[in-house]
Amino acid sequence: MSALVGTGSLVRLALRRDRLMLSVWILIFVVTAAGSAGATVGLYDTVESRIQASAAINKTPSLVALYGLIYDESSLGALSMIKLGAFGGALVAVFSILLVIRHTRAEEEAGRLELVGSTVVGRHAPLAAALAVTIAANVLLGVLTALGLIGSGLPVSGSVAFGLAWASIGVAFAGVAAIAAQVTSSARAAIGMAMAFLGVVYVLRAIGDTAGDSGPTWLRWLSPIGWGQQVRPFQGDRWWVLLIPVAFFVTTTAVAFVLVAQRDHAAGLLPDRPGPAEAGRSLSGPLGLAWRLQRGQLFGWMAGFVVLGLVFGNIATNVGSFMESPAARELIQKLGGVQGLTDAFMSTELGMMGVILSVYGIQVVLRLRSEESELRAEPVLATGVGRISWAWSHIVIALLGTTAIIAAAGLAAGLSYAAQTGNANDFGRVFVAAIVRLPAVWVLTGIAAAAFGLAPRAAVAGWAALVAFLLLGEFGPLFELPQSVMNLSPYAHVPRLPGGDFTAVPLVWLVLLAAALTTAGLVGFRRRDVPIT
Amino acid sequence: MNAPTDTAISVSGLVKTFGNTRALDGLDLTVNTGEVHGFLGPNGSGKTTTIRVLLGLLRSDSGAARLLGGDPWRDATTLHRRLAYVPGDVTLWPNLTGGEVIDMLGRMRAGLNKQRRNELLERFDLDPKKKGRAYSKGNKQKVGLVAALASDVELLILDEPTSGLDPLMEEVFQQCINEERRRGRTVLLSSHVLAEVEALCDRVTIIRLGRTAETGTLSEMRHLTRTSIAADLAGEPNGLGTLAGIHNLEVEGTRVRFEADTNQLDAVLRQLTSIGVRSLLSQPPTLEELFLRHYQDDLRNGQKQVGAAVSS
Ligand SMILES: Nc1ncnc2c1ncn2[C@@H]1O[C@H](COP(=O)(O)OP(=O)(O)OP(=O)(O)O)[C@@H](O)[C@H]1O
Ligand SMILES: [Mg+2]
Repeated sequence: MSALVGTGSLVRLALRRDRLMLSVWILIFVVTAAGSAGATVGLYDTVESRIQASAAINKTPSLVALYGLIYDESSLGALSMIKLGAFGGALVAVFSILLVIRHTRAEEEAGRLELVGSTVVGRHAPLAAALAVTIAANVLLGVLTALGLIGSGLPVSGSVAFGLAWASIGVAFAGVAAIAAQVTSSARAAIGMAMAFLGVVYVLRAIGDTAGDSGPTWLRWLSPIGWGQQVRPFQGDRWWVLLIPVAFFVTTTAVAFVLVAQRDHAAGLLPDRPGPAEAGRSLSGPLGLAWRLQRGQLFGWMAGFVVLGLVFGNIATNVGSFMESPAARELIQKLGGVQGLTDAFMSTELGMMGVILSVYGIQVVLRLRSEESELRAEPVLATGVGRISWAWSHIVIALLGTTAIIAAAGLAAGLSYAAQTGNANDFGRVFVAAIVRLPAVWVLTGIAAAAFGLAPRAAVAGWAALVAFLLLGEFGPLFELPQSVMNLSPYAHVPRLPGGDFTAVPLVWLVLLAAALTTAGLVGFRRRDVPIT
Repeated sequence: MNAPTDTAISVSGLVKTFGNTRALDGLDLTVNTGEVHGFLGPNGSGKTTTIRVLLGLLRSDSGAARLLGGDPWRDATTLHRRLAYVPGDVTLWPNLTGGEVIDMLGRMRAGLNKQRRNELLERFDLDPKKKGRAYSKGNKQKVGLVAALASDVELLILDEPTSGLDPLMEEVFQQCINEERRRGRTVLLSSHVLAEVEALCDRVTIIRLGRTAETGTLSEMRHLTRTSIAADLAGEPNGLGTLAGIHNLEVEGTRVRFEADTNQLDAVLRQLTSIGVRSLLSQPPTLEELFLRHYQDDLRNGQKQVGAAVSS
């Protein structure tokens, strides 16, 4: 077993490096699940109201495709968690994929495993350590999620089943990522490969769920996401289904370990394709370089947001029919009838997309930081390229990239929504409602830029700010925090469109704040030492 | 501002601290235009830090630095078009090919000599079509070297550029640097490969603990050090032990072995011939000995300081 020597110390190393990031990720999942449960539990207090809402969901194919079926229409837990079972499970899968690749292929690509590899670490140890950390994180995530759901008032058994279903999806994708990490020689390509698998199996279960009884419902059994759903938490809790992802993990991991033994260090199984021997015309300045490094991610995000926009635009008009309970009707009344309800739904979903889009913006800006600390900035800054134009090259992609992504999403949502209502005016209303998200997103990219320029070692401040604003938005109303505290979040100043009043003043302030933060970051960067590692 | 000058680089009294670490502690360095200047010192002595200050990447705490007649911090971008830099650890973008990186960095400077680029690729036996992640350590280093050598610049700043190169490629590198010298370019070469320094450098600066220990041509430096001598004498080696400039004397009958200060050689040889010499072996100090003496002084000084602290 000498191939596993050093696994323990690698695990400790990984935990020391990642403890903050892991805690934040897990916290976000638990909080979202518990918050979502808590918000719906009070809404459907009678069996009839639940059956009505669940039946409405089951009758809407686009919703079933996105979220899945409700098998027990009287179950409160099933209805509360329908939005999170498969969709949240896919995010858990993303979490697992990133974690495994981060500690295997990414390390190897950076040349760090070579160092560890030549000392006291066995051939299989890095993969074993990455998997151990990922499994532990998923189990912890599952257990805490279960506790959170129980705390929100859902039944114990179903809550545990839900937590474990999430964890089982994460575990299954740890095995997928383990194989992807062996096949390609770049971390990005490995992530892309595992994500593509995730996309395919998500669609497989969507087809299976929408197929109807005579169709190919078995497709959902080909999908780790489908397995998680077939545990059917709160609807019978079929524990035995959990064995499938576990068996899948064991098999994929075994394959991955065989592949480790088959390949050379730092190489993948797929040969690297050669590229051009000379640089194209665009690759002659900092902006060309930044575009080259960032474009793949931009297109990926754009595609994802277009799909989300299409789905949300399509289902928005059906929202009214999900809410037939007296409590819900009262809510609809307050919102100003069905139109108000539809608008509120669109506004909420677009708001969520704005928050998610900030993840992209922060990530793009913080690429500056990784270019610096991985010493790729130094040779560029030692040429005629000035510091400002180098830093700006990535920041401008963050600003224009977020614009392009939300515009594409707004276009898709507006078109599919207007197609439903048959009213061309609705397109414009939804599109504008998407665009107004931008200034708040730019404040977040501005925070990341300021951190990079002024306090590079604390560049994670960008992420911390995002989490803080998210928690403020989710829990501020729950804890009845004063409005002045809630106003700290830039998202609190975004007009509630469509439907609400449009006021330009807060948007102008947000843009000015973003500009000030970005400028501060650029000025700070021009004055400081490079590289700070 | 950028008037041609005789000194390409002049640094005096440079100080740079990182928190509690005093990386540079009053460093002096002068590189004349058109020379290949060796920059040596033990690990952590401040070579990379000096180079980063010269590149305007780090801001010095005090002291003066001039580069190609300009201020390295203030005039950074204009100066950078006239120089090329190769770091000790060339890191490439995983998705860009070596050829793309070479062209891109060249365009970001004053421009690239395409013919020379292709010739260098051939000589260094480098495949420009591979992606950054697929290169070995030595081949990554070659990408940086070709990018620098093919650029139309006046000054090359090379920080341990040959780490990872095989002996054959080391030879090619030395040929290239000699060609650069013939073209009148200035080279600052930080290196731990002493044979390379000996073969290439007109003048050398040795630093330790962030301070200049010695600077000059190699022959000047040799002059300041000791020649080792082994001789078989006609009679008893009388008088050698008391002669000034003789160190580490070992006597075995009529055979002697010692080190002599090079500037005392005359007197020493006179004493030997007065006894009568049967055979004589004289070895000038190797560069290794020269450097080791400086490098070891560090250790010895360090121990002395520790000892002093304990005894006081
Ligand atoms: N960014 C930094 N932060 C803190 N200390 C630093 C930093 N950069 C360098 N140092 C310290 O400054 C000193 C000089 O380092 P430098 O890298 O210049 O040495 P060097 O002569 O290039 O060594 P080597 O031969 O190993 O390359 C070392 O003690 C190093 O630890
Ligand atoms: Mg160095």
